[in-house]
Amino acid sequence: MKTTLTINGEPREIEAEARVTLLDALRHEIGLTGTKKGCDHGQCGACTVIVDGRRINSCLTLLCTQEGAEVVTVEGLGEPGRLSALQEAFLAQDGFQCGYCTPGQICSATAMIEEAAKGWPSWVSESLEGEAVLSREEISERMSGNLCRCACYPNIVDAIAKVAEARMAEAAE
Amino acid sequence: MTAHLVFDEPDKRNRLDAMAQEVVGRPIDRSEGALKVSGRAVYAAEQATSLWSEKRAECLYGVFVRATVPLGRVASLASGEARAVPGVLEVLQDPRLVRHPAQGMARKSPPQDLSEVTYFGQPLALVVAESFEAAREAARLVRVEYETSAEAELDPAQAPSELPEKKQSAQGDLEAALREAAVSLDASYSTPSMAAAAMEPHAALAWWEGDRVTLCGAYQMVSQNAEELADALGIAPGKVRVLSPFIGGGFGSKLGIAPEAVAAAVAARTLGRPVMVTLARQQEFEIAHRRSETGQRVRLALDADGRLTGIGHEARVSNLAGESFSEPVQQATHFTYRGENRQIRHEVARVNLTCAGSVRAPGEAVGVTIFEMALDELAEKAGLDPLELRLRNIPEEDPETDKPFTSHMLAEALRDGADRFGWSDRRAPGERRQGEWLLGMGMASAVRVNMLHKARVRVTLTGEGARVESSMTDIGTGTYTILTQIVAEMLGLAPDRVRTILGDTDLPEGSGSGGSIGAASNGSAAFLACEEIRRQIAAQMGCPEEELTLKDGRATCGNRTRDLAELVTEPLSAEGHFEPGKALKGVRSSTWGAHFAEVAVNEITGEVRVRRMLGVFAAGRILNEKTARSQCLGGMTFGIGMALMEEMVHDRRFGQVVSRDLANYHIPAHADVPALEVHFLEERDSYGGTLQAKGIGELGICGSGAAVINAIHNACGVRVRDLPATPDKVLEGLCALGR
Ligand code: FES
Ligand code: FES
Repeated sequence: MKTTLTINGEPREIEAEARVTLLDALRHEIGLTGTKKGCDHGQCGACTVIVDGRRINSCLTLLCTQEGAEVVTVEGLGEPGRLSALQEAFLAQDGFQCGYCTPGQICSATAMIEEAAKGWPSWVSESLEGEAVLSREEISERMSGNLCRCACYPNIVDAIAKVAEARMAEAAE
Repeated sequence: MTAHLVFDEPDKRNRLDAMAQEVVGRPIDRSEGALKVSGRAVYAAEQATSLWSEKRAECLYGVFVRATVPLGRVASLASGEARAVPGVLEVLQDPRLVRHPAQGMARKSPPQDLSEVTYFGQPLALVVAESFEAAREAARLVRVEYETSAEAELDPAQAPSELPEKKQSAQGDLEAALREAAVSLDASYSTPSMAAAAMEPHAALAWWEGDRVTLCGAYQMVSQNAEELADALGIAPGKVRVLSPFIGGGFGSKLGIAPEAVAAAVAARTLGRPVMVTLARQQEFEIAHRRSETGQRVRLALDADGRLTGIGHEARVSNLAGESFSEPVQQATHFTYRGENRQIRHEVARVNLTCAGSVRAPGEAVGVTIFEMALDELAEKAGLDPLELRLRNIPEEDPETDKPFTSHMLAEALRDGADRFGWSDRRAPGERRQGEWLLGMGMASAVRVNMLHKARVRVTLTGEGARVESSMTDIGTGTYTILTQIVAEMLGLAPDRVRTILGDTDLPEGSGSGGSIGAASNGSAAFLACEEIRRQIAAQMGCPEEELTLKDGRATCGNRTRDLAELVTEPLSAEGHFEPGKALKGVRSSTWGAHFAEVAVNEITGEVRVRRMLGVFAAGRILNEKTARSQCLGGMTFGIGMALMEEMVHDRRFGQVVSRDLANYHIPAHADVPALEVHFLEERDSYGGTLQAKGIGELGICGSGAAVINAIHNACGVRVRDLPATPDKVLEGLCALGR
């Protein structure tokens, strides 16, 4: 069956069986292999992409349910020589080692910072109302769906904190 | 031109310190980093789509049919239904396919013949189809009947066992020492099976050109892996090329060639098209090597001065029949602490469970951890500060062989760490409280044997910059970056003028990644190549190599300076060939460190949270402070996992892994890991190859779990001897204490 959607700003039409996940479609049909498969069961976050502004596990999403969706993958966030602020920050803080969980971490963090900017609370937020300040604890909590076996967690949090601070300052203006 | 060094003498020249570029050691960003953060780094399962786009449409997908019994013979395998699935081309049964991965550095095929089942989940056949989805569906439709004649051995504690002669040792009279001791300890501990659980599951893509096969795979030691694959296929090693430019973590699980590689190669041959086989996460847990569970007994004798007089360390581990690997639990017990009376007993149970093999720091990861937990108990019994107990028992030389240590930094690491951490603020159990949380501190020594391995690296200098080539891999360890730095330093180039190419068996044979051998071994080879190039430049400049200064692309001898771009008109190329020799024969070489942890234990739920953790490490010259630190963070976090959550549970009736995915096998997540602190004690170890450097990839896991467990005791008085310290166990301890 055919699914029409936008991937990294480009309109795409993909012909695939109904059982094909968004993750496998990205990797096998489109050749966008930046999005990784770590578990195929929604347990690791390696496959995180941004759909209509929200982060999702693309392994738990069937392609055919994404008709008309706007999908952004790690490739759409930046490229060598033109990296996004978060990608730069991951590089500077060594927020990765093997790099396999990294696209998922970066997509997840990109959307997470926007969630916080909108004031969405998390499990560790003091209150359900008002501003969501991205403390270390908040970042760790909100990023816990993205596993990293190389365990770059402290560095990932540093990288996100740096970018989030700038984003919050921007939002305050 | 080859620059060959057999490392027979320690290298005390510290040549890197005499170089002028000043990039070695600096915390520069990873050289392949931009590719990784932008999703452009190409891992094994992606080679078909990215590297090799013209053949993408031809690529077939393979999925394993696997055993649903732990022991037996395949009586029949009915593939009719599977073959009827649209898109399915083959249900491959072939005598060349292998049962489980090869052990690290095997250089030969693991056991073949899949009709013999030796563990639950063993591959039996490969379904190959036009799409991954079709292959996956069809694999479930293959019907297998088994014949079983014997009972499977599924309980490592009860299974028949062996005592490999070489792994036992004794000196003095431990029993007498225990009788005469002022304070003694006799305690039993256990650690469960654990998984490497690298985020990238095993993957292999193979295709043939004539009689030559190319394998894109996720493997740590590609040169060895090529030999293993060739052996499995029955072809000459020269007919195999393995490519692993990017590997999504290994931690030992990708040391040897594994079933997916052989299956992809055989299927590609049979069908005449490229074939990709990836393991699903559940298969990863069942097929990739596990770290063996251990049963350990530690006996310690202490005299009235707080000095160890006796050390006994017994371990029972397990593996499949015929596997020579057994978790070397006591590897560091031999030499870490003093004591005249010593006894090591090492027992290997033969079981029908997933093959056991190396997982990050095989031996020390579980051996040092348990031993350091026992020392904490002994310190308590003796009324000594645990830090003091360790400081009093650091030996002058290897206590079993009397060999001198190449460097011994344990005391310094312990003292430095205690200072930084604020160890003197530690209180008695139960004395620090925040609401329902009890706080405590724990510490442990870190120790890991240090090894070197033969390695070859080619360096080519042109007017534009340098190229570094080796079959060595970078599994996240930082090899791309540190080799770049070493060559940049030696040849006086900015790091962005050096390009490092790795993970291709067509290149000179590197050591591969495993056992923390990578940096010192391949780094030494790169050094040798650069030294040769420097000699050639020096000859052109008319001075000895020692007097040549290379910096920012310029060569200086005395008062003469020339641009390298004009000096190097023809590419200058040299291959460095480093071989460990006699230097390390008469000495004991190890890396050292100290772990400190502060935890909070919830008095009501038994939950443990790590509040902060510090690791102080000494591993010779640190080649890149940033990537080395990340390696340590990773190791320390593995320790948190081992202490608090990681447990591979086998069903004792059927032998299958119950916790076979990341929802059931818990690895530390963001919220489990606070801002860990790492500090290095820089040293130059002249036995660490030509760089005076040692391995850093595994040291962080050695003992870190013990610091956490010991902190739990200091917080609430509960000793957990069976890892992991899950809330139920802590709670049981709290109840027993009447809290
Ligand atoms: S691959 Fe989707 S969550 Fe793991
Ligand atoms: S960088 Fe290796 S898993 Fe996160």
